[in-house]
Amino acid sequence: MKFTLSWLKTHLETDATLDEITYALTDLGLEVEGVENPADTLGVFRLCRVIEAVQHPNADRLKLCRVETYPDGPGGRTEEIQVVCGAPNARTGLVGVFAPVGAYVPGIDMTLKPGKIRDVESLGMLCSERELMISDEHDGIIDLPSDAPLGARFIDYMDRNDPVIDIAITPNRPDALGVAGIARDLAARGLGKLITPATPKVAGTFESPISVSLDPAVSGKACPLFVGRYIKGVKNGPSPQWVQDRLRAVGLRPISALVDMTNLMTMDRNRPMHVFDADKVQGNIHVRFAQDGETLQVLDDNEYTLGAEMVVIADDAGAQSIGGIMGGLASSCTDDTVNVFLEAAYFDPITIAMAGRKLKINSDARYRNERGIDIAYATEGMELATQLILDWCGGEASNVVIAGAVPDTTRAYKLDTDRVVSLVGMDIPADTQRNTLIALGFTFDGDMVSPPTWRPDVQGEADLIEEIARIASLTKLVGKPMGRALPGVAKPVLTAGQKRRSMLRRAIAALGMNECVTYSFIDQKSAALFGGGTDAVKLNNPISSEMSHMRPNLLPSLLQAAARNQARGFADIALFELGEGFTGTEPNDQSSMACGIRIGHTAPRNALGTRRAVDFLDAKADAEAALAAIGAPVGNLMVMRNAPDWFHPGRSAVLSLGPKNPLAVFGELHPKVLAEMGIKGPSVAFTIFPDNVPFPKAKSKTRPALMSNDLQAVERDFAFVVDATLEVDKLIKAAKGADKKLIASVTVFDIFGGKKAEEQMGTGKKSVAISVRLQPVGATLTENDIETISAKIIAKVTGATGGELRG
Amino acid sequence: MMDDIAGLKAKILGQVADAADESALETLRVAAVGKKGEVSLMMRGLGKMTPEEKKVAGPALNSLKNEINSALAARKASLGNAALEERLRSEWLDVSAPSRPAQQGSIHPISQVTEELTAIFADLGYGVAEGPQIENDYYNFDALNIPPEHPARQEFDTFYMHRDADDDRPPHVLRTHTSPVQIRHMEKHGVPCRIIAPGRVYRSDYDATHTPMFHQVEGLAIDKDISMANLKWTLEEFCRAFFEVDTVELKFRASHFPFTEPSAEVDIRCSWKGGQLKIGEGDDWMEILGSGMVHPHVLKSAGIDPTQYQGFAFGMGIDRLAMLKYGIPDLRAFFDSDLRWLRHYGFASLDMPNMRGGISR
Repeated sequence: MKFTLSWLKTHLETDATLDEITYALTDLGLEVEGVENPADTLGVFRLCRVIEAVQHPNADRLKLCRVETYPDGPGGRTEEIQVVCGAPNARTGLVGVFAPVGAYVPGIDMTLKPGKIRDVESLGMLCSERELMISDEHDGIIDLPSDAPLGARFIDYMDRNDPVIDIAITPNRPDALGVAGIARDLAARGLGKLITPATPKVAGTFESPISVSLDPAVSGKACPLFVGRYIKGVKNGPSPQWVQDRLRAVGLRPISALVDMTNLMTMDRNRPMHVFDADKVQGNIHVRFAQDGETLQVLDDNEYTLGAEMVVIADDAGAQSIGGIMGGLASSCTDDTVNVFLEAAYFDPITIAMAGRKLKINSDARYRNERGIDIAYATEGMELATQLILDWCGGEASNVVIAGAVPDTTRAYKLDTDRVVSLVGMDIPADTQRNTLIALGFTFDGDMVSPPTWRPDVQGEADLIEEIARIASLTKLVGKPMGRALPGVAKPVLTAGQKRRSMLRRAIAALGMNECVTYSFIDQKSAALFGGGTDAVKLNNPISSEMSHMRPNLLPSLLQAAARNQARGFADIALFELGEGFTGTEPNDQSSMACGIRIGHTAPRNALGTRRAVDFLDAKADAEAALAAIGAPVGNLMVMRNAPDWFHPGRSAVLSLGPKNPLAVFGELHPKVLAEMGIKGPSVAFTIFPDNVPFPKAKSKTRPALMSNDLQAVERDFAFVVDATLEVDKLIKAAKGADKKLIASVTVFDIFGGKKAEEQMGTGKKSVAISVRLQPVGATLTENDIETISAKIIAKVTGATGGELRG
Repeated sequence: MMDDIAGLKAKILGQVADAADESALETLRVAAVGKKGEVSLMMRGLGKMTPEEKKVAGPALNSLKNEINSALAARKASLGNAALEERLRSEWLDVSAPSRPAQQGSIHPISQVTEELTAIFADLGYGVAEGPQIENDYYNFDALNIPPEHPARQEFDTFYMHRDADDDRPPHVLRTHTSPVQIRHMEKHGVPCRIIAPGRVYRSDYDATHTPMFHQVEGLAIDKDISMANLKWTLEEFCRAFFEVDTVELKFRASHFPFTEPSAEVDIRCSWKGGQLKIGEGDDWMEILGSGMVHPHVLKSAGIDPTQYQGFAFGMGIDRLAMLKYGIPDLRAFFDSDLRWLRHYGFASLDMPNMRGGISR
């Protein structure tokens, strides 16, 4: 919302400076977004007199002027300055506008420097209007009457010193969409006196030949009130200069007196209006809902197809205007218009908002009507509009035509001045509170307060408090300490799940992976590769096709990130992310996960031979370390082969606590998926499901006693020949099962498989060597004991695996 | 006899001192104090002596034996040391050679800053609440006093989820703010309460300073007598702790949010010098967050009696806080996962923010 300072001052009598006003506006909640102050750009140009203009010694078309300037303003000291000027009208005695050295001249986009023109010094400039960008006039320099006040600033002399203020209006303040409403806020703050002139009544001299009827379907809510008036014999033409200046200053193009009047009413009083060319209206005016599919060409030159929920102003022939949004082209005013019919109606804001959104028409009228204009101002606004038309265009006004009535929005809320103080935490005296509301137009009945008709946003006691607080100034608010909720040492606040996620994040970073945060939405194709991409997780209005579906899993996002990094020349990549995967459209269909990928090699090329391609076991190590960090019983997990199909079918696994509770999935990614995602090189991945890891049940922090034993432990090695496809885990578990008490650990120290192994041990065979550590309890093991247990281990393993002891 | 002992002693000790290596020493030991060594042979001769002679020669021979043994041990140790020194001299490595490469992981600034502000608010007694990112219309809007046709709804640039044709509920949305967590938390846990709710939020906006996903932290404190002045103090304390600057100064400016009333935008005093932001000094004011007293409608939505309880709420951008504190220039880069960016702006895994050691290194 833009307005000029002088415009504001037609409603506010004030001595406040521009800075005081803009500060107050922002503080009041009418945030100043910008101020264009002509004084900032044009204030340096002052009126001067040419003492003498003589021919330039070295140029026919140039003159040498001795200029009397007044650097300190009118009545101040004078300074004579020599200026070379090429204007044809430069002459002795001319009163013009001087630009000193150092001044920025906007019309030529230049800061003046001392110069020499054809060997003669020139220390300033006599300006044309175009050079000051106040018109296109450039035939000569500015030539003012001889009695113009020498030394005055040109903008003051021309009365162009009018700053334009641009403020942002929050949706709750329709009243501030008119300059009068802004002035009211400032007056309530104490920045001056509200002097909005009273509107005189214009007596009608005849009955309007056009009548207005409200269809019962709209009169209840959508359009409860229509105020109209016929004015005959007008002469349309340009509006007065001051009106054009004002509209131009706020970015509106003056069109004609009739149109400019509606714009002025909109900007000045937040009262959108419409003027029909009465001679183009057939019969009478009917306000009704549009027929579904009815079309209308409106003032933006487009034709719109209307819906049955939109209000139209129609005549006997059909729709002539989209109510509250934009007038129709056919019945609009032109320079030839002689008779007009004025409309000031009230439309239901929701109806307007829905229609406007559907039609995608953004007009000043829609903007205001959908936020809620002053429901009671239609009649007074009509009087003011009539007066303006009569003043500018002549003519004769009919009696006012009123269809419907002002809806009753009377309501009252209790003002509890103590509660205001308690809620705001500022000592605002009760009297001040009451006076604030009165200044804003609220009325009191005891401690019950009724908002004025221009404040549809005020719907409760809280709104009263807000008004009082903002007028009192929140800038003055002083912070007050707030005690702890409980005395003493602060209690921990994180839930077990929150702590776990933090731990998980840092544990994975400690594995040498870089944490990413990627968008939760991805393209459908990538989502589909990872079991998502269905309509259930589709965005209705995605910002691009790259961000169309909520991701089922973080892996596709990480792979895309990896592909971007590969394109930047990084080959070895280890990325991870903690976030949510989405399986459906309901709020509960999200689950936490941590995903990581390793691509390329474990290390850069080096002289120590530690570089190797990442493989399945890297992913397994990551998954196990991450799970261990959050307290999962890594040693007791089942390793299952049911990883989802975006993994390599033979080189992926699920770590599961029992068959139905997967804690992690990991392995090599499927080559097809990698190709689709544009990833080059070996790639492994893991996904951890932290919420599936059971939380410890025990509340006690006491650890079980340490059971250590000083008796000598014994290590025995065994090698078995087994099927090449045997999962070594099975062998380890079998060995452990031989004597759960005595066997402290079983480790695999050699797996001999492949071609050479088969040559030795037979086709489809491999050798697995394990080391079993026996920890005696109570008594040292005898050779006999060891023999017995060894036999048990061999029996268990061969029984479970179908293999045999390697000879 | 005594002269023999003295001569033997001089001879053997001289040989020990001259022994070149351990095997020479061993030969000497056998020759001198071994079973058939010279000293042993002389000791055997004691039996043939008179008691008087024995009294003199016995101790002398014992002492000779001990002396030889000590000399042998000393020489052995000194030979060992010399050998070790010789070996160490040969064991030269290029100590300037690079070590085995280890991968350095990193924590994303958003995670780090989230933990920083969690640590600060935990100290003030605020728990951490969470809620879903796909939200229903009610929690994201209606419960927060934004009815369907409220003009404010248009300003959120909401992402809507797909709705099947036979499902006539309003479409779910991607939460446009973390405020729905207020309602969900109060519904479940009641009041009084103090929580923050950090998390991802979504708005359909993408340009130099906006991304369609970003992070917000919501704050909520409800009790019987919490005022807007308490809100200001809380935010001042937070900013002081977060920006690690003692001179933080905040300014409240009236504004409008549907879910708070009165509402205020909060500006922080700062300076921009040479493109560098300094908090707590200078003549500029920068908007950092929105806040206000929780609207009675919101309390009612959550089943709380607004005549009994009151309190404040605030919301700020976590990404923005990270940018301001750590001088990160471009919001879009947060979500690009450029390894160079992650390594440059990321944090070490052990860099855990806490109040005892300071929230950042």
